[in-house]
Amino acid sequence: MTSRRDFLKKTGAAAALAAAGSMLYPGLASSLGAAPIYPHGVGAFEELPIKELLMEALNATKAAGATWSDARIGRYRQNFVGTREKQIVQVGDTDSIGIGIRALVNGAWGFAATQNLTKDGIVAAAREAAGIAKANRVPGAAPVVLAASQSYPNATWKSTFEIDPFTIPIEQKAQLLIDANTEAMKVANVKFVNSFLFFVKEDRNYANSDGSFITQTVIRSWVPFTATAVSTDFSDFQSRGNVVQPAGRGWEYILAADLKGNAQKWGEEAAEKLKAKPVDVGRYDLVLHPSHLWLTIHESIGHPTELDRAMGYEANYAGTSFVSPPEKVLGTLKYGPPIMNIQGDRTQEGGCATIGYDDDGVKAESFLIIKDGVFHDYQTSREQAPWLEAYYKKNNMPIKSHGCANADNWSSVQFQRMPNVSLMPGAQDKKWEDLIAATDNGIGIIGDGSFSIDQQRYNAQFGGQVFYEIKSGKITGMLKDVAYQMKTTEFWNSMDMIGGKSSYMMGASFFDGKGQPPQVGAVSHGCVPARFRNINVINTGRKA
Amino acid sequence: MTADPRVMTRDQAQQLIERTIKLSKADAIQVNIGGGYAANVRFADNRISTAGGVSTANVNIQSAFGAKHAVVSTNDSSDASLERAVRQSEALAKLAPDDPESMPPLGPQEYGEVRSYFDSTANLGPDGRAESARVAIEPCRSAGDLKAAGFLQTGIGAGAVGNNKGLFAYQSGTSANYTLTVRTVDGTGSGWAGADHPDWSKLDVKAVAQHAIEKARLSRNPVAVEPGRYTVILEPQAVGDLVQLLAFALDARSADEGRSAFSKQGGGTKLGEKIVDERVNLFSDPGDQDLLTNTFDGQGLPSRRQEWIKNGVLQKLTYSRFWAQKNNKQPDAGTNAVKLAGGTESIEDLIKATPRGILVTRLWYLRPVDPRTVLYTGLTRDGTFLIENGKISKAVKNLRFNESPLFMLNNLDALGRTSRVAGTEAGGDVVMPVLKVRDFNFTSLSDAV
Repeated sequence: MTSRRDFLKKTGAAAALAAAGSMLYPGLASSLGAAPIYPHGVGAFEELPIKELLMEALNATKAAGATWSDARIGRYRQNFVGTREKQIVQVGDTDSIGIGIRALVNGAWGFAATQNLTKDGIVAAAREAAGIAKANRVPGAAPVVLAASQSYPNATWKSTFEIDPFTIPIEQKAQLLIDANTEAMKVANVKFVNSFLFFVKEDRNYANSDGSFITQTVIRSWVPFTATAVSTDFSDFQSRGNVVQPAGRGWEYILAADLKGNAQKWGEEAAEKLKAKPVDVGRYDLVLHPSHLWLTIHESIGHPTELDRAMGYEANYAGTSFVSPPEKVLGTLKYGPPIMNIQGDRTQEGGCATIGYDDDGVKAESFLIIKDGVFHDYQTSREQAPWLEAYYKKNNMPIKSHGCANADNWSSVQFQRMPNVSLMPGAQDKKWEDLIAATDNGIGIIGDGSFSIDQQRYNAQFGGQVFYEIKSGKITGMLKDVAYQMKTTEFWNSMDMIGGKSSYMMGASFFDGKGQPPQVGAVSHGCVPARFRNINVINTGRKA
Repeated sequence: MTADPRVMTRDQAQQLIERTIKLSKADAIQVNIGGGYAANVRFADNRISTAGGVSTANVNIQSAFGAKHAVVSTNDSSDASLERAVRQSEALAKLAPDDPESMPPLGPQEYGEVRSYFDSTANLGPDGRAESARVAIEPCRSAGDLKAAGFLQTGIGAGAVGNNKGLFAYQSGTSANYTLTVRTVDGTGSGWAGADHPDWSKLDVKAVAQHAIEKARLSRNPVAVEPGRYTVILEPQAVGDLVQLLAFALDARSADEGRSAFSKQGGGTKLGEKIVDERVNLFSDPGDQDLLTNTFDGQGLPSRRQEWIKNGVLQKLTYSRFWAQKNNKQPDAGTNAVKLAGGTESIEDLIKATPRGILVTRLWYLRPVDPRTVLYTGLTRDGTFLIENGKISKAVKNLRFNESPLFMLNNLDALGRTSRVAGTEAGGDVVMPVLKVRDFNFTSLSDAV
């Protein structure tokens, strides 16, 4: 699953909140959460005796019969500013504080969460978690076993940011957007611009019964921006969006994106699409820009190499995976050509999935998922790593988690989420322009657009933002109504040229959806431009 | 009616809102509150994988000074905490630039009565929830060649909205949603079924399990058919997956601005024009016994019965308060509850009358491709079958489509019985008939099971 739907859902939630709050039925409200009931004498999150409260939770689960447990006290904040054209649409803050407690009893999980952070509130939730675990035993089911992990009794970590966006005044944020909108609207036919600034800040405190106590601060930033051009006779409208990728960085990242300086170019691209030539269906060589390719990596490599999907744990919602069963694909599945190396990495600076320690208490790391074109390893959590014991032993690899457990809120239970999954640069330092110059009959695609993929990740269809016709090594004009259809391994095996180090950049999803109840995840994908041979392109324009 | 201590009563909600309004120093304040208890059990690989219970409460405060406004969401019901949140929303609002489209606070409104709270749902505990998982797990485990993966989520709660101009609305409600995917161990078959209703006693979990198991077995070893245009029978779930997306495109402003499928070339909108088959009637109605949805939206606007499409004619587009005022129209409450009126025939009746076609259980990963035609792409999933000579003849491989609900509802062959669907990707309350349509556009094959 991924981002757009969840983006819509979440900004829908944000918009509803902005329109002054949605009707919050339980189950629909989880990530908006609640602020806390504090212990006597405590007036703010900063004053909470966090370690003491976490220990309270661990002791209470143990007393209720848990053989292993963990607890997370978190504060999850969002700040957003929305504008259209020359005006503000809404500004807002959300703030959610509470505790989530996980208990393992008789090899089965239970989870409970509450915003009541008094001792009584925490003990009640701990008992509820243990009680749910007891009710959940299914006769004959194999018990949950966790891979060992080192304990970190006093660890801290902070994501890469220079300026905390939560310290920037709201009027400065609004002005930045409105100035950019104004520039885009100087272009003929550009009638509408929607722009947003979206910031997330998480204060995460974690303790588990192995003896870990970990405190982390995470910041992420994003600028959704879309310019829409409408033809004078109302016969067509075209948009240019997804211009700035989300990142695990602060306000300095927004400034570096130079919205005002770039907005006119984005507006011109929307207007030029009105005059673009509709694509002729057929087979083309595709030259995919990193601002586009990250999403193809996300959908066709990121999701299918999640071990819970491969084992059927997501069958009822996000789906399973063609990269399965593990014993038949690990070390043998030829995913792509030998120039293809895909890395999972939660340590990468500025990545949206970057963290110090995951929600199992495991230190973040990087690892190869695809090595020289061959499938090498899955994304794992502590519960999952032992499922691959045979493969790891045979190949002299340690049976340990890759640190991919994550929960999107204190009120959500942690499970396996995607690390930053990236295509590593090629040995030769080729650039986007070099790939175009080497292509005879192709289409260059910039920016991520429409995307859809089946529940086992075999068959996908991707659009884009801007499409260029390539003839004899040169860009000869703009195209529209372009989408390509592909089969995952056929597609990746057709990749014959990739860019080098200097052309590497990261794209990201701010709201990647997975799980039931659905949780959002933020994840980056680094990549270089790449060429794919002989890909099936369809024309998506139809008459109403 | 609502005696459960986990759910705020009308009086408690009103008092909390009044207390918050008293703290305000702004020109206008609107307070939304909501909360309750959500519980779930999740299972996969014939075992319960996770389960939990989460209590939440939430206060959203919107303060306005003239045309400046901002919203803050945070809470607990202590005076000190409420005061902090009110001050924060006021500080943010003062900093915000003027919103030229800001609207004055809404005065008191009249709301319909809808009973959407059911004790059967409120009283379901962890053992009952775990039992609903076992109902699916046990037959699969004992069959030996099947794996069950599913999810039950129940909720009880209440929501309210009020402002300093006397607006107040309150509603309590429950929800229960159960979905199940059964896969064959050989990986060649997958079947899905689900049930959804505010009243837990209306969910027949056993029937869901039987249905998903049957589909899983029937869908084994699918064969490939050529992509192309087919007569298709879409089960209510598949209809809902696509038709619900039409409801999202009904915004009047986008149509007036020339950036909607309902904009007319040369200017204006398609209101009053026949846009689909004359048998199509699409509406929202909070009191409909299959819907039982909110009687007001987050702004406090009353949700009423709305006919979007009547006898195939586009009858209504939705107006925000600002756009309604500007165009001298009535504003509409936002809703994600829609019903497409059906007929009397069953799925079996429609299959019997079909010489050749494809039966679709559900659709998956729907994404917009072209907003000019509400064109979406996506795939079939968890039970796709070939119909030959009035019978299901074999399972077929899943197919990708590029299709618009507008085109589909123009190519209507027959409408059958309605049911409330449980698995629509976009959520909401959706009631749809089974449909038979011509020339449904499949563009490629998928190996996914």
